[in-house]
Amino acid sequence: MLSSYLMVAAILFCIGLYGALVKKNAVIVLLCIELMLNAVNLNLVAFSKYGVGASLTGQMFTLFTIAIAAAEAAVGIAILIALFRARGTVNVDDYDEMRR
Amino acid sequence: MNTMFSEIAWLIPLFPFVAFLLLLASGRSGQGLGVTIGTVGSLASLVLSILVLMEHMSDGSKYYQDGFKWIDLGSFQLNIGYEVTNLSALMLVVVTAVSFLVNVYSAGYMKGDERISTFYSYIALFTFSMLGLVLADNMLTLYIFWELVGVCSFLLVGFWFTKPAARAAAKKAFIVTRIGDAGLLIAILLLFWYMPDHALDFVRIENVFEGQSGTVAAGVTTLIAILIFVGAVGKSGQFPLHVWLPDAMEGPTPISALIHAATMVAAGVYLVARTFDIFQASPAAMETVAYVGGFTALFAATIGIAQNDIKRILAYSTVSQLGYMMMALGLGSLTGGIFHLFTHAFFKALLFLGAGSIIHAVHTQNINEMGGLGSKMRITAWTFGIGALALSGIPPFSGFWSKDAILTTALHENPVLFVVGIIAAFFTSFYMARLFFLVFTGRPKGEGRIHESSLTMTIPLIILAVFAIGAGFVETPWNNTLGEWLTGAAGADHSGSGLVMVVSTAVGALGIYLGWLVFVKGTIARDAVSSRAPWLVGLLERKYYIDEIYAAVIVKPLRGLGSLLNAIDQYIIDGIIAIIGGTAVLLGRGGIRLQNGQVQTYGLITVLGLVILIIAVVGRRFWS
Repeated sequence: MLSSYLMVAAILFCIGLYGALVKKNAVIVLLCIELMLNAVNLNLVAFSKYGVGASLTGQMFTLFTIAIAAAEAAVGIAILIALFRARGTVNVDDYDEMRR
Repeated sequence: MNTMFSEIAWLIPLFPFVAFLLLLASGRSGQGLGVTIGTVGSLASLVLSILVLMEHMSDGSKYYQDGFKWIDLGSFQLNIGYEVTNLSALMLVVVTAVSFLVNVYSAGYMKGDERISTFYSYIALFTFSMLGLVLADNMLTLYIFWELVGVCSFLLVGFWFTKPAARAAAKKAFIVTRIGDAGLLIAILLLFWYMPDHALDFVRIENVFEGQSGTVAAGVTTLIAILIFVGAVGKSGQFPLHVWLPDAMEGPTPISALIHAATMVAAGVYLVARTFDIFQASPAAMETVAYVGGFTALFAATIGIAQNDIKRILAYSTVSQLGYMMMALGLGSLTGGIFHLFTHAFFKALLFLGAGSIIHAVHTQNINEMGGLGSKMRITAWTFGIGALALSGIPPFSGFWSKDAILTTALHENPVLFVVGIIAAFFTSFYMARLFFLVFTGRPKGEGRIHESSLTMTIPLIILAVFAIGAGFVETPWNNTLGEWLTGAAGADHSGSGLVMVVSTAVGALGIYLGWLVFVKGTIARDAVSSRAPWLVGLLERKYYIDEIYAAVIVKPLRGLGSLLNAIDQYIIDGIIAIIGGTAVLLGRGGIRLQNGQVQTYGLITVLGLVILIIAVVGRRFWS
């Protein structure tokens, strides 16, 4: 049972990672990062239910993670909007400030 | 025993050295001083050398040695020092006397040359090195000065370096003598290896090899002796390394007189005389020396007949006379070799300076373009004639006595070499007669007024002529002064010297008579030989094609090897370096492309790195 959950989580994580590395639209990149976070959450929940030392701590931890992920998404979106206002684009290829 | 002057003998080489330093320091501003400083330096050495020689003559054999420790390596100690023996005292006087006269002569000959100061500084450096070589008390010191002498020869042969021929000759002189120097160096290393206590000084070498004590194995002794002889062959222009000496005549004529006739080329003979005990311990080496010397004497004399350049004729005669000296040493007659060296230094310097006087007057070196100079240049003609007679071995000139001493030894020791010596003597007198008659008699061929050279040039000629007449009387069949003084032993066996005297005089006279018949009277046509056997004349004119053979057999393969090595350097070594450099450049370019500021790229690379790490960790678990 555990391995099915872990498999789903792994697939989810890989999709997120792929999107974060490949997609050109900054909003989609942000969404993909959320996907990866949720894959981790899924792992935490699965281990807390079917793991060796099963306890509720994992689920509690997941709640915290969701809350922080929401805050993080809010900050990310805020930065993105600011960037969009400044640069007039959401294409991540154009965000090469680190080169300079 | 008074050794007052011998104790300060180390000053002798220092005078010219100081002169050299002064001239070097004064640079271009010292143009006018060159003559004065150089001449005074060599005069001071000459005076001191004469005092040392007189001291050595006054009460028999005397020896003085002094020096200081140079390197101390465990049990081995290397000294730099000087020693004055009768032999070196004699050489000191020969070197300084010729050097002084050449200094005086050059004041006239090189007048107006813009680098005259440089010229004098080179002469001073050369005199210093030669005197250092003579005074050296061990093989290593001798080798140092030996090389210095070689450098000076290079500098002076190439003095007129704007002439391509002079440049080529200087390089040739340096490279060819280097072959001999390599032999000498190996000999010194072998001596160092096999001598007890690694001693390199002449005294201990003498003690070890004297009487063939067997301290050093016979085979090694022969090897050492032969290698030392190779060094002497290079320096003294013996066959097969004689090729540089005639070419060295591209240098100024006073230099030819000083270096390539009287002193430096005698260094080889001096070296063999100095290490004579090693040679005497090895009969095979003695034979080699004798035969190489005898062969060179005859070989060079035949080439001398067919040359047209006055200085080249004299150069080949030098090679030939040095062959005589080597032959005498090889036959065991130290006295004969050194005696001939002594007389030869004077009459050959005289001949070269006379030739310089002629060249100065007529501005050509080709004897076919000269003629009838006898009436216009009386002093030069007379002194040159005396030199030529001394070289031809006509009594009572000095060359007669020394050649007689050598030929008497040859008659006792080796009849074959005696015959070779006699034939060479005949050729010698013939080519000298040819030279003299073509230059001084007959009708003048060149245009322009020809006049006698200035006093600074003729006075050295007269002084040298006096020596060329008189120097021979220190050792005659009735008077063994030189031999007894030099070797400390009783006089050599002179039985049969009457026969030798008659034969050598007859042969010398015959050569001159033949020369007179051909070149003055015309009884025998000048082209008598060349019309019948043109190949023979061609062979002699081209010097037996030795240069051509060397060019084909040695120079070309070496050049080929050189260009091969050059190609390896250019394509393989440089190629490897270019590949390494290119790799670094490519890596750098890749690095630049990675730094594109794209967060996604960085992320991708991070992920790839992580994947590689995981594969490595997991893989280790599987395969180890």
